Amino acid sequence: MPHIQLPEGLPGISAGFAFRPETAAPMRQLAHILLHEPSSLTPGERELIATYVSSRNNCQFCQLSHGAAAASHLGDSDVVKQVKSDPQSAPVSDKLKALLVIAGKVQLDGKLVATADIEAARRQGATDLEIHDTVLIASAFCMYNRYVDGLGTWQPTDPAMYAQMGQHLAKEGYRESSIKRPVEQPATVA
Amino acid sequence: MPHIPLPPDLPGIRGAMAFRPETARPLNALVEILLTGPSTLSRGERELIATYVSSRNCTTYCHSIHGMIAAAHLNGDEALVKQVKTDFTQAAISPKLKTLLAIAGKVQQDGKLVTSSDVEAARRLGATDLEIHDTVLIAAAFCMYNRYVDGLGTDQPDDEALYRERGRRVARDGYVTVSEEYLAAHAEAAHA
Repeated sequence: MPHIQLPEGLPGISAGFAFRPETAAPMRQLAHILLHEPSSLTPGERELIATYVSSRNNCQFCQLSHGAAAASHLGDSDVVKQVKSDPQSAPVSDKLKALLVIAGKVQLDGKLVATADIEAARRQGATDLEIHDTVLIASAFCMYNRYVDGLGTWQPTDPAMYAQMGQHLAKEGYRESSIKRPVEQPATVA
Repeated sequence: MPHIPLPPDLPGIRGAMAFRPETARPLNALVEILLTGPSTLSRGERELIATYVSSRNCTTYCHSIHGMIAAAHLNGDEALVKQVKTDFTQAAISPKLKTLLAIAGKVQQDGKLVTSSDVEAARRLGATDLEIHDTVLIAAAFCMYNRYVDGLGTDQPDDEALYRERGRRVARDGYVTVSEEYLAAHAEAAHA
């Protein structure tokens, strides 16, 4: 049960967005720029950073929806699982591994990011903008995750729903809701 | 020293915003709605929530500037702001705000820690759904702003007078207006 009266049939953050469209607009815009607009990091790489941070925050809705978006971009769902469980042994570039280290520290506390972490990323070719965006993606997901969990939103487990969302997000980005009509909620879970 | 080259004349989040004006826009729009937009919570109350969360995240720039903005809205009462940072249960604020700060403190750690009884306690003191929503989102958003400021290693001066002066300006003019000034000034400098 959500903590406040949220529109029914809307999972996760889409319920918070529908409840308060004024704050939804900049939150959508931020995700769209960070994850979808042109960048020297691929959309798949950026979705992996978002998924990794959401997984470390144990936010089910965010890690499943962004994991599905990453899988859709990359055409591979195994790599998503590997990044969540052990990014250093996942089949991703050394540069992305270095950026995931930075993101993991930001998830705990931004002050943990050390000069050595930044230098390690730079040695693998990371640019200032890529480092900036990694820090901001990790920070932003510490917001989205807490928003979704803190309102007690409905977070379905159905993989098919997330697969569909992931395809939509990968194609269209974040400006419009990926949930086009209310999703059928399972009968009361007493 | 910041981890990436940020404009040296802009401390804290301002340097990061000038580095990436595209993301600065939604970041400023969000804080403007949450902390200065129409609400049944006063601006001072909302700034206290932002200050409390930033203080728990130990982000000097954010808890100092939002503390001074809060004080500017609360007749310059900096002692009250300090009391909220150290132990809000003993602060001279409304019982409703205390229950909202308890929710904000849990969101700062992990949104899943917020319980029905936390929310019921706030409702019993008159908190509305929108006030509860905005409390959760202010707390969540400051977990972002704080990490952004700390994670880039921005310059966070230890200078009360600087935050006091800046706090008065932001309290008067709002976030978007103030940010447009330094973003424009920096864009000009960058192209000069």
